Amino acid sequence: MIVVQLFLEFVLLSFVAFGGATALLPEMHRVVVEHHHWLNDATFTHLYAIAQAAPGPNVLVVTLIGWEVAGLAGALAATLAMCLPMSVLIYLLIDRWEGFAGKRWQQAVSIGVAPLAVGLVFSGATLIAQAAGFGWAAWALVGAAVVANLRTRLHPLWFIAAGATLGLSGLI
Amino acid sequence: MESPQTPDQQKRPDLRALFFGFSAVGLSGFGGVLPFARRMLVEEKRWMSADEFNTQLGLCQFLPGPNVINLAVLVGKRYQGVAGAVVAPVGLLAGPLLIVLLLALAYDRWGSLPLAQGMLRGIAAVGCGLLFATAWRMGMALKDKPYFLPFVALTVAAIAFFRWPMPLVMLAGLAASGAVAYWRLGKK
Repeated sequence: MIVVQLFLEFVLLSFVAFGGATALLPEMHRVVVEHHHWLNDATFTHLYAIAQAAPGPNVLVVTLIGWEVAGLAGALAATLAMCLPMSVLIYLLIDRWEGFAGKRWQQAVSIGVAPLAVGLVFSGATLIAQAAGFGWAAWALVGAAVVANLRTRLHPLWFIAAGATLGLSGLI
Repeated sequence: MESPQTPDQQKRPDLRALFFGFSAVGLSGFGGVLPFARRMLVEEKRWMSADEFNTQLGLCQFLPGPNVINLAVLVGKRYQGVAGAVVAPVGLLAGPLLIVLLLALAYDRWGSLPLAQGMLRGIAAVGCGLLFATAWRMGMALKDKPYFLPFVALTVAAIAFFRWPMPLVMLAGLAASGAVAYWRLGKK
């Protein structure tokens, strides 16, 4: 039963996932932690961290959430729910895309959705900070990561490794 | 060494090639695999030109959902129809999915240890920083900032502060922000 509920919740989310799975973090937290109480704050944060440390598309955080909520069936249901509706739609739409690409309403939607996606990703970051209950040391690391990421071209894996090491040492 | 192939032969991957091509992409990317998909499709395998890539990605970015999965669907469809449209995204996801599930098993077993919790907190902090940096970069890339930055603030207020349901926020936000964009497009 919980698998069906999970599937339906994530199908709904897939229709508003502008900006990909990262933009969905606040809403997934709202649904999974605040509304259904399937997971707690700490687990949600941990799953986000695991997804960060693993290779693959960002959408896999959804797989992890599904797993923790309802095991293997949950993992597959959540992933499928997130990917399938838009995959089918895009399969059907691509042949008409040339026809409406560049039209004024199409451009307006593309331009209009961009600031919303920025807001969603920003909200995702604040949500992780909130759910994890960061102290001053963690906030310092957040700040350092922001600056280093904007100022250098270091591969994201270095950031993950640094975070893991500092975390292991018990500083964060 | 290799017999010369016509461009057509080079450009027609079979199901196997689609599966493994996208598997390699899925396994090579950390924090987003789109750049790797572009490199594989346009530069290494030459399954599509840069222009074709941009057009197809245009639709993927226009619609919600995981862009790179939608892109795999399109590439698969183009070369092998329905079968390709299933095999390409499955190839993209299969390897990473397996890894992530193994990590989940490890988490279920050892996740409550203080060391593991510390490590995950550290990674979450860094990941949080990367998200802020991504948001900053996306925000700086917005055009017509005086008109559209307010929508960033409104989205953050609605989602992060008021915790309103995202489908409603997105519908209302897209209607308002899209209307402004439509109006601005007419001014040019």
